[in-house]
Parts: sequence; structure tokens; C-alpha cells
Amino acid sequence: MTETTATTELREPPHLSDATPGRAQLGRVGDFLLRSILPLVLAVGTGSIVLVAIGVDPIQYYKDVYSGGVQFAAWQDSLMRVAPLLLIAVGLIVAFRAGIWNLGMDGQFLLAAAVISGIGSRFEEHLPNTINLVVLFLIAGAVAAAWTIVPAVLKARYELNEIITTLMMTFIGINLAQILVKGPFQDPSTTTPQTRALDFSALLPSIPGTESSTRRWPGVHVGVVVALIAAFVVWFLLSRTSLGLRLQVLGASTRSARHMGLDVPRLIIVTFLLSGMFVGFAAATEILGVKGYQRADWDPAFGLSVVPLVFLARLHPIGVIPYVVLLSLASIGGDYAAQNAGLTPKFTLLLVGLTLIYMALTEWIARRAELGGSYFPGASYRRQRASGTG
Amino acid sequence: MTTGSPTKPAIDGSEHPAVELVQITKEFPGVLANDRISLSVRRGEVLCLLGENGAGKSTLMNILSGMLRPDGGEVKLDGRGVDIDSPKHAIRLGIGMVYQHTSLVPQLTVLENLMLGESGMRLNAADAEARLRELGGSLGLDVDPRATTGTLALGQQQQLEIIKALWRGSKVLILDEPTSMLTPKGVEELEQILARLKGQGLAVVFITHKLHEAISMSDRVAILSQGRLVGAIEPDELRSATHDELQERIVALMFGRHASQPAVAELAAEAEWGRSRRVLDTEPALELEGVTVEPGMGEIGAREVSLVVLEGEIMGIAGVDGNGQRELAEAIAGQRSLAAGDVRLFGHSIARFKVAQREKLGLRYVTDDRIHEGTIGSLSVALNMVLKRIGKRPFWERGRIRYAAILSRARELIGRFQIRTPTPETRVATLSGGNVQKVVLARELSFDPKVVVYSKPTYGLDVMTTRSVRQTIHQQAREGVTSIVISTDLEELLDLCDRIAVISRGRIVGVVENGPSAQQRVGELMVGGKAA
Repeated sequence: MTETTATTELREPPHLSDATPGRAQLGRVGDFLLRSILPLVLAVGTGSIVLVAIGVDPIQYYKDVYSGGVQFAAWQDSLMRVAPLLLIAVGLIVAFRAGIWNLGMDGQFLLAAAVISGIGSRFEEHLPNTINLVVLFLIAGAVAAAWTIVPAVLKARYELNEIITTLMMTFIGINLAQILVKGPFQDPSTTTPQTRALDFSALLPSIPGTESSTRRWPGVHVGVVVALIAAFVVWFLLSRTSLGLRLQVLGASTRSARHMGLDVPRLIIVTFLLSGMFVGFAAATEILGVKGYQRADWDPAFGLSVVPLVFLARLHPIGVIPYVVLLSLASIGGDYAAQNAGLTPKFTLLLVGLTLIYMALTEWIARRAELGGSYFPGASYRRQRASGTG
Repeated sequence: MTTGSPTKPAIDGSEHPAVELVQITKEFPGVLANDRISLSVRRGEVLCLLGENGAGKSTLMNILSGMLRPDGGEVKLDGRGVDIDSPKHAIRLGIGMVYQHTSLVPQLTVLENLMLGESGMRLNAADAEARLRELGGSLGLDVDPRATTGTLALGQQQQLEIIKALWRGSKVLILDEPTSMLTPKGVEELEQILARLKGQGLAVVFITHKLHEAISMSDRVAILSQGRLVGAIEPDELRSATHDELQERIVALMFGRHASQPAVAELAAEAEWGRSRRVLDTEPALELEGVTVEPGMGEIGAREVSLVVLEGEIMGIAGVDGNGQRELAEAIAGQRSLAAGDVRLFGHSIARFKVAQREKLGLRYVTDDRIHEGTIGSLSVALNMVLKRIGKRPFWERGRIRYAAILSRARELIGRFQIRTPTPETRVATLSGGNVQKVVLARELSFDPKVVVYSKPTYGLDVMTTRSVRQTIHQQAREGVTSIVISTDLEELLDLCDRIAVISRGRIVGVVENGPSAQQRVGELMVGGKAA
């Protein structure tokens, strides 16, 4: 290593040390507590008030979330849920860092899932299992990436707002996935609209040592490892490579990117494809690791619940991991806790929604009080220049 | 009521002036926009505020109209001190403002636009129509209340803006560059309206940078330059002097030389000129031939610009801001495509080359927007210095970043350009404007620059940095670098350039050899006077 220790700040992704010149500076720790912890605490607190109001003991509820997410063999489910959530998070981070708001992840996810659960069972007879899995992963990545091409080209060529186009493509994608499942991929042996289930042996293998004595399920599938590797790869990409810096320049300002001589349209398309690819991988881990088949009405909407997490983690691919683990726990344990309390399992989504609202409030108040920093990398640097003289 | 009756037009000097600004000071980060400016306007008088862009005219009027609050000084209306804390408050006090850019909603009708500011639950269209007839009649205007605003001619829209500003019974009317969008006929109509307003006892402030308008349309002229009131022409003088005499005097005031000591200034300019002048007997470095750029939103574009810049020459481009300078600079840098024409670098066409290719050939562009375009505030000084070389050796190898190379490069540039930054890893956003500009210069002047376009290189910088930036430009030129300096600051161009081209409405309207009379001639070309 020739790099000196003095290079720490340069090597840090810039948003991590996001203190900006302002009147009342918040240090790194203060900023972290304010933006990355406080909204969660407030959401849990407000959730408790809601629980009390509908006659549920909040302490018992959160205890149930814990035991439902961790105890017995539930930790396996929680860990396995990390895989798709983290891969989606990573896919979103790539796009958001480049200032591209790919919000079509749920459509990309379902479509990729439908394609591999539909063709997976046809593949398994011909290929050795490992190759089969790799091919299906790549197909899932390719399908989801392909689903971003229309918004990507529309933005790159005509500067059309990708928030609108990706959301529209998500609706089309969800419906197309249903049509595929009910049509060409329908399992002929049942009337339920679903694909043929993959053979148990054709699923992702388990990580050794993750078997549980209380369950017949083999263990936590290796998709979780894939997701963790993806997080590190993206971190490396963003902080160490020329493409990563190009994406960050694009994310900071399209004008700057053009000024620096970057090929903005190409970067936009590359970003979209990368983002879609990771979302496709997420679908692959869920289908090949957990479900094995797809029902037409299945739509976990993982993407939307991940969005607040990536902002809480300030778009950091490693930093988002604890939040993803937390959400996995809350969603697996939340189902159990809600059942025990006689509530709908959607109660977890209420907590996610509350977190988002508190994040928005935090951002607004911090801006009013000029505390510096922002959930959006680079955003706080844009307001510095006084608006015009003369 | 202790003050005078507002209905009586009081033009006599014994009354308090309608508006009095006392020692108004306003500072923006790095710029003193208004420096202890004192002015007054009487009823029935048209005061013209004349000055270049950035002279502080709009800031001063934004203070009067409640958009900005002064850092120091006092505003008095009819002799009473007031603290105008919002545009609403200004309207209540009877101050109406017509902005340079339209504030009308094009989809709404004339009447709807006028009623937009009304409070209360129900809009009373009949009352509004009566008010429109009354105001229109008093100004000699006939506006169809049901017309869709967007379909009106620009002149009519402006008349509507004036009516809107007078809607609540204004006593003071401010017009910000009102003629910038108008045809000659529109200007004539505006003159008639101003005459009527005067007759009704309104105090009118008229902001412009056009000399002849100031002379023909106003009763008194106040001249601002770099935030200070540098002179005024009183009504007696305006009436007695000839147009040419006035023009000469105003140009002298505007561009910094006082008329009473022309000989001294002339000598100083001569000496300065002798020092900076270099004999240019070289080949063309950059040739623009019929360069035309389509305007974007709110832009002028560039029209058939032809210009030859010789090797080692410093060519200035003077003009009022927003006359196509940025479009032209971006077309040279390759950030915009040409609608027509050609750009040649040392005889070879580069019109099809992209930004990165032009950069590699030694064509550099120091943008005027160093905060939003020239740098990425969230990245370090060191990274900002290599942003135009992303992925290239020695800073990247096989796509992987080499921080050691970037840092040693940065340390060298920080020393050479005397950039004040705690470390090379400090984020650019935390630096002062002058140091940010030095970071941009360091990047653009690295790796063998050959032709450099500087856009407003010292805009908003303090005196010391301004001097050092100008020295850098000089130094580069001495080393044979060809430079194009775009600036709204004529003194800067006179200080730096061998020749000065004047741009107006996207066209080059003249090229002047720098020399003792250049100031006068460029000034005349700039304010749209007779071409020298």
C-alpha cells in the first residue's frame, strides 16, 4: 500500500462526512444521530402510540417482533430476507448516487422473478445445478435491466423525468409478470395461477452451519452471501473506480458532468442497467432461494420499503446493511407479532411509512435551522451561493 | 392626516421626497452589492438608475420593493422612516414594481391576472373591470380584460404589468429594465405612459443600462458602478447639455474615469497599455466562422459569430450579461452543438469533437459558474483537480483510482496556484469563492493548455484574488497560451486584452484594438450608441 494515512477523507465516500459550513455545525456523530437514528426512534415511538390507541400493548408487540424474527428458526427467515432487500438497496444506491431516481424496482423485480420461475424448471433437466443457478441469476439480472431501458433512453435522449417513466413501467411490469405466470409459465398440473415449482435440489444451496435443529429447512441460502458481496462490490465501484466517480459527478450535477466532458447519455443508460441488474439478482435470490415458484398474485413490494433505508444510510452500500437486517427482522417478526396482536401484517409498513415521514421532517427542520448535511449527497452544497446581485 | 394630501401632485422641492434612500448597504458573500448609496426621488419625477450589470441597481430596487432587506441604511417614504420587510408590505406602502421578467400567468386572462393579488373569499370581477378601465383610461391604454395574457404582444404585457403594479394605488413605481423586451414602438409607448404617470404625481424609478434611454426618458440620472453611486446628472444639466455631451459624461462616470481629470487617466492608461502590449505576428489559434447556437430557455443564443484569435493573443469579449456569451463559450468548449458554422483550432475543424477531445487538444474552458458547473462541492480539492481526466493515467490505472498520484498532483497545484485549503482532501464546498476559482484555474491550466476561454474569471472575487487571477491570465499569455476573456467588467478587459470584441444580442457588433480610445469605443458599442 503506497497510500498514506492522510488520505482517509479522500477515500471516504464524500457523503459520509457530510458536515457543511453552516451556522450551527453538527459533527459527524450529531449528524448521524439526527438523520440516521432519530427518525427510526420517532417512528417506533409513534407506532407505540398507535398500538396503545387500538388497545395493543406495545411492549408485548415489539417483544413479539423480536421473538418472531429471531427465536426458534425464525432467524433463518430473517437472514434470508436480507438477500433480496439488500440487493434492491444496492441497486437503488447505484442509481441514486448518480442522481437517477429509479423507482421502478418492483416491476423490474417481479418481471425478473416471473421469467426465471417460468423457465427455471425447463432448464434444470439439461444443465448441472451450479451452472443452472448462475445462468438463471444472469437471466434475472438481464430481464430486470432490460425493463429499465425504456426509462433510461427516454431520460438520456429526451431528458424525460425518470420518476414518472419508471413508475409507469413498474405498473406495466407487474401486470406483465401476472400475464406470464397465468399464461406461458402456468403450471399445467394445477388450476391455481402459478408457475411450476422448481425441484428442491435445484434451489440455491445453504451456507454450511446455518441449519436449524428445529426445522427441516436446510439452512440459510447462499443468496445472502451474494448480496453481501454485491454490497462490497458496489462500495468498491463507487469509491475506487473511474466509473464510480463519473456516477458521482453525474449525481452532483448534470451540468458539471457535461462540463467535465462526461458522456452523460451513456452514463445514464449504464446506471439504469446496473441498477436494474441488481434488482434482478434480488428476484433471483428470492425465487431460487426461498420460493421456488411464483404465484400470479405475489407482489412483496420490497422495493418501496427499501427506499427509506437507503436514505437513512446516506446511500452507502455498506452502511445500509444494518438497516436491511433491521427491516428483515421487522418484517418477518412483524408478521408474527401482528398475528398475535390480531392486527394486519401491514403494520410493519406503517412503521416504514412513519420513518419516511420523520425523515422528511428531519430534513426540513435541519434545513430551516441550517444544520448542514442532507439525505441527498451534494444537495446541501448547492444553496451556498447568494442568489444574484445587480 | 399630518402629511400632505396624496392627491395633489407636488413637484416643488419644499416637500419631502416621495422616496429617500439613506446610506443603503447590502452585502452578499464576497460582493458588496450596495455600498452606502443615498438617493431620492420626488413626486412627478422620473429617476433613471444607470449602470452595468452587477452594478447594484436591481439589489437597490429589491430593497425598496421588500424583496431584500438592507444590511445598513434607511428607507424613507414621504420623510418617514419605514422598515419594509416583505413585498406585501411594500405594496401596502404604495410601492409598485415591474420586474424585468414577466410575473404574469400566460394562461389566465388579463382580468384574472390583475385579481391574483386580491384577498378575500370572492373575486369581484365587475369592480376589477371598473378599476382596469379607470387605470387604463388614465394611462391612455386600452386593454381587453378578457384577452388571454399569453396572446398579448410583449409591449401590451408590459403595460399590463404596469397596471398591475399600480392596481393598489401606488405612489412609487419601479421599472426594472423595462425596455429590454420592447420594440422601438413599444419604447415610444412606454415613454408616453411615463409622461402620464409623471403628470399624475407618481415618483418613477427606471432601471436601465442603455444610455440613450436614460437621457431621453428621465428627469434625473443616477449612475451606479460596482455597488457605489459614482455620479448623478441633475435635471438642469440634462435639459441644457446636448445628447453627445451627456453620453460622453455618462460613459466616463460609468466606466470609472472621472471627467474632471481626463489627462491623468489617459496617461495612466497609456503607460499600462505600453507594458501589456505585445507584438502579435502569429498564426490564428482559434477561428470561429459563422458560429450559430440555438438559444435554450431564456437565452439569446449566438448568431453568426466570426472571430479570429491569434496565437498568444488575449481577445476580450465585452457585453452586457446574457447576450449570448455563455452560449458562445459553451459552443467553443464543445458543451453545445453548433446549429451552423465552424470552430477551428490551429486550422483544423473541431466542430465534431466532444468536450473531452477538445480538452485533450489543449482547449480549455474556465466557466463562470464555478460553484454549480466548474466544481463538485461535495468532492475534495484533489479530486476536483482531475475531474476532466477521470479514468486517465496516471490518476487511474485500469479503472482503479490511484490516490497517491492524485494527491501529489494536487499538492503541486495547490502550491503553484497558492490555493488556501487546509488539506488537498478538503471538500471544495468549504473553500472561499476565490480559492474555488483557483482550483478551477489549476485544473484547466494543467497539461499543456493552448487556447483557454475564461468566462467572467474574476466575477464576485475580492480585490487580491482578482489581481492574482489576472496575473495568471497574463502569465499564461506570455507563455504563448491563447486566451479569450469574456467579461462584463470593461476595466478588466482593458487591463488584459489585446483586442476587445463586443457582443450584443448574440452577435459580435464590433472588434476594437485595445488602446487609449478603446474604452470610449467599447463603451459606445456596449450601450448601443453609434459604432466607432
